[in-house]
Amino acid sequence: MMTLLLLLLPLVAALAVLLVGNKMASRVALLFTVVEFGLTIYAYTIFKQQGPDAFVFFHDWISSPKISVNLGMDGLSLVMIGLTNFLLPLIVLSGFNREYSNAKTYFSLMLLMQFALIGVFMAYDGLLYYIFWELALLPIYFIALGWGGKNRVPVTLKFFIYTLAGSLFMLFGFIMLYYYNPNASFNITDLYNNPICSCNQGWLFWMFFLAFAIKIPIVPFHTWQADTYSESPTQGTMLLSGIMLKMGTYSLIRWLLPILPAGIAEWGPLAITLCVIGIVYASIIAIMQNDLKKLFAYSSVAHVGLIAAGIFALNIEGLQGSVLQMIAHGVNVVGLFFCADIIINRTQTANINNLGGIRNIAPRFNTLFMIVVIASVALPLTNGFIGEFLLIYGIFKYNTWLAVFAGLTIILGAVYMLRMFQNSMLGNTNENTQHFADLNWSETLVLGIIAITIVIMGVYPKPIFELVQPSLDIILNKALAK
Amino acid sequence: MTTLIYTTCLGLFCMLAEVLNLRKLLVPALIIGLSAIFVVNMQQWGITTPATIGSVSVSHMIKMDNFAIAFSGLAIIISILIFILSANYYKDEQNQISDYLSIMVFVLCGALVMFSYNNMAMLFLGVEILSISLYIMAGSRRFDTRSNESGMKYFLMGAFASGFLLFGIALIYGASGTFELEGISKYITVGEIAPMFYLGVTMLLFAMLFKVSAVPFHFWSPDVYEGAPALITAFMSTLVKVAAFAALYRLFSHCLGGTMYYVEPLLIIVTGATMMVGNVTALSQINVKRILAYSGIAHAGYMLLGVLSSQTNAASSVFFYAAAYAIATIGLFAIAIMTFKSNHSENVEAFNGLAKKNPFAAALISIFMLSLAGIPPFAGFLGKYYIFSEAIRNGYVTLTLFAVINSIIAVYYYLKVIIAMYSQPANDKTLVIHPTYMIVAIICAIATIGITIVPDMLMQILK
Repeated sequence: MMTLLLLLLPLVAALAVLLVGNKMASRVALLFTVVEFGLTIYAYTIFKQQGPDAFVFFHDWISSPKISVNLGMDGLSLVMIGLTNFLLPLIVLSGFNREYSNAKTYFSLMLLMQFALIGVFMAYDGLLYYIFWELALLPIYFIALGWGGKNRVPVTLKFFIYTLAGSLFMLFGFIMLYYYNPNASFNITDLYNNPICSCNQGWLFWMFFLAFAIKIPIVPFHTWQADTYSESPTQGTMLLSGIMLKMGTYSLIRWLLPILPAGIAEWGPLAITLCVIGIVYASIIAIMQNDLKKLFAYSSVAHVGLIAAGIFALNIEGLQGSVLQMIAHGVNVVGLFFCADIIINRTQTANINNLGGIRNIAPRFNTLFMIVVIASVALPLTNGFIGEFLLIYGIFKYNTWLAVFAGLTIILGAVYMLRMFQNSMLGNTNENTQHFADLNWSETLVLGIIAITIVIMGVYPKPIFELVQPSLDIILNKALAK
Repeated sequence: MTTLIYTTCLGLFCMLAEVLNLRKLLVPALIIGLSAIFVVNMQQWGITTPATIGSVSVSHMIKMDNFAIAFSGLAIIISILIFILSANYYKDEQNQISDYLSIMVFVLCGALVMFSYNNMAMLFLGVEILSISLYIMAGSRRFDTRSNESGMKYFLMGAFASGFLLFGIALIYGASGTFELEGISKYITVGEIAPMFYLGVTMLLFAMLFKVSAVPFHFWSPDVYEGAPALITAFMSTLVKVAAFAALYRLFSHCLGGTMYYVEPLLIIVTGATMMVGNVTALSQINVKRILAYSGIAHAGYMLLGVLSSQTNAASSVFFYAAAYAIATIGLFAIAIMTFKSNHSENVEAFNGLAKKNPFAAALISIFMLSLAGIPPFAGFLGKYYIFSEAIRNGYVTLTLFAVINSIIAVYYYLKVIIAMYSQPANDKTLVIHPTYMIVAIICAIATIGITIVPDMLMQILK
């Protein structure tokens, strides 16, 4: 029951927001997302007492070929849903005090997105999962198309076709899995327990990997990403980078590793190499960027590349690190893009060379921005540190050389982040920045919550590890069984 | 059988309405009549007694099996939706409305025969009743040269295809000595097959591929769709396409299944080419009717995948796909007709800024476009999913992969309209959408989402 409530509340909210009109839209959306977050915390307490069995929901849907509404939450799902429901109120709140044309549709689409994302993390039936996965694409596409920058049309078109192309290969892969499966089902336990002939796993790996690699994105499938991030409205970028990317990495863990172990054994080395190449490549591009949003976009490619590399390292440190880093990156990147939005909104420029001196006139903004930047650079006591440390350790156990290159992300990350911070915040004010107003209450609230979360997660990440450990053990066992 | 008789009577009534001066009552009477026929049609469900007229058995001519009843039901619903639109569409041509509507009812009669034929002669009759009525309707705007061109082109090409059809049937008869589907089916399984028979099958197949506008017999369809009045285009791209497919599917599932090994290579090439040519040519079109014509060709390619799988009872998949496609297309036309009218243009630009002028209509069009593109959670997605699974079950893995790649291409031109609606500035032309059009569009949108939520409702009836 709790499962259905968690899933359907955002859908109800999306309709409600459509009905209340433009003026109240943002407030009603905030109310619903906060309630949803409260529900998530309540679900967490139930989970602590009763474990994942309390959240199983099963209902027949389509009889042939069999698809069922098979929902559930283990620790991994719960963590991802927790991230989604934690970020959504912040994303909605970040849209306060801004003018949007047709605000009710805007916020309604965000809530629809939340519905689809929760569905992705809850679905335990392959085709149901696929439907939610595709559904998540529609709201974000319309958000970017309706409220994006002036170059949005070609950029969003590329984004849509690119991601849909990957997804359709995945659909094909799922149908093949169905027919190879002796039980003829999409049920995740059937797929886990009936490994298919390793002769077919190699090419099936690519069907799934393409979909996930485009979404994550892993170099060389990343070309849609930077433009889409910079053309989307800020809330769209936050949704994309904060949560939607995690759909890809989550799916790697949930659907690729345990179902196609032989495929992983065959192609995993290539995949992890691609990830590491992506880390270095994206970091170098980020160093060259002067546009705030693009810089954060490429830093994001580097970070998720590391997460994906940790997953393909196929050891428990890598998996744990990847889950923790998914959460940490989700929180941090939302903070980063919000800071970028604040700067761009007040100075009308995204070029870091035209900024400077903000520290002197906006001390509150400076402090909070600094904390987010430090976390992205992965300094100890912030949430970025533990995740990246575990990831690199996991990759090191897999292959020393890969770990050396992957480790570059920390050094290069420090270079581009601190360069950005230095150029935009320090120095003297100029005509762009001299009237920079400090944060208002809603902005302070959003960045404040993010900063506090960064520190808490950095000091005490144990609850997350405890939650995901059992799920990761099962998945790793399947992934290593050939 | 009763379905067909009642529908014919309804057509005759339309012609009489002119004489009796009942034009005002015509559309409501038609809708009520068709709804009644729908109920009568559904009541025959599962009844296996042979069809009779009086005491004469006609079961060797027509067989109302579940396949026929299901498709007849779909065709009647499509017709009802089109007739709801026709009231307003023909409001300036009141003195011809009864002619138009009666001819459209006769198109439905032809379709009903094509769903239920049990005899090659009936197949030919059904195709001809449907086609001849359509030639007239395509050219029904007498003073519009494009409509004339459309009717003429359709007629010349269609007549040629009919020749093939007839010749094919004659050759099959020459070899097997019977017109009846069961007899021909027995002939294939039992004895030696004369070379003439294969020639007949090939010609028959060519004719049917023409009717479903499969590549390389597709050239007529964009020109005819573009020139014909928009409502007739809607009629052609839904009812007529469904009818042609059902007839082709019935041909293979009831009769020529035994020759699959022979036609398979040909069908595979045609299927692949149809998907590819339809989608790639649609990319560069700017006229919305032409886009839909080419997208219709591409959809024919996907449905041909279903025909290829006809040996494992893929009827329900084809039925679901056809229903999803037809519903989305009618809904699309309902709003597009009004948009065309207010802009005096049938190009994509006509949709510019629709989201600002009428956000609800824009949302509906987005639903239909996304459904046609096969994106969840809309019906088009499940249709594709069923067809693909059925094809994979029959071993057409590479062809399915090819179909997947084609679906990716298709997204581009469906999105073109959505982009025009949501990101282009609105023009100053006012857009008034007549309530009847809106009702049809809303019904279609609800159905598009509804049959995704409870797909078993449609999928189970042909098991």
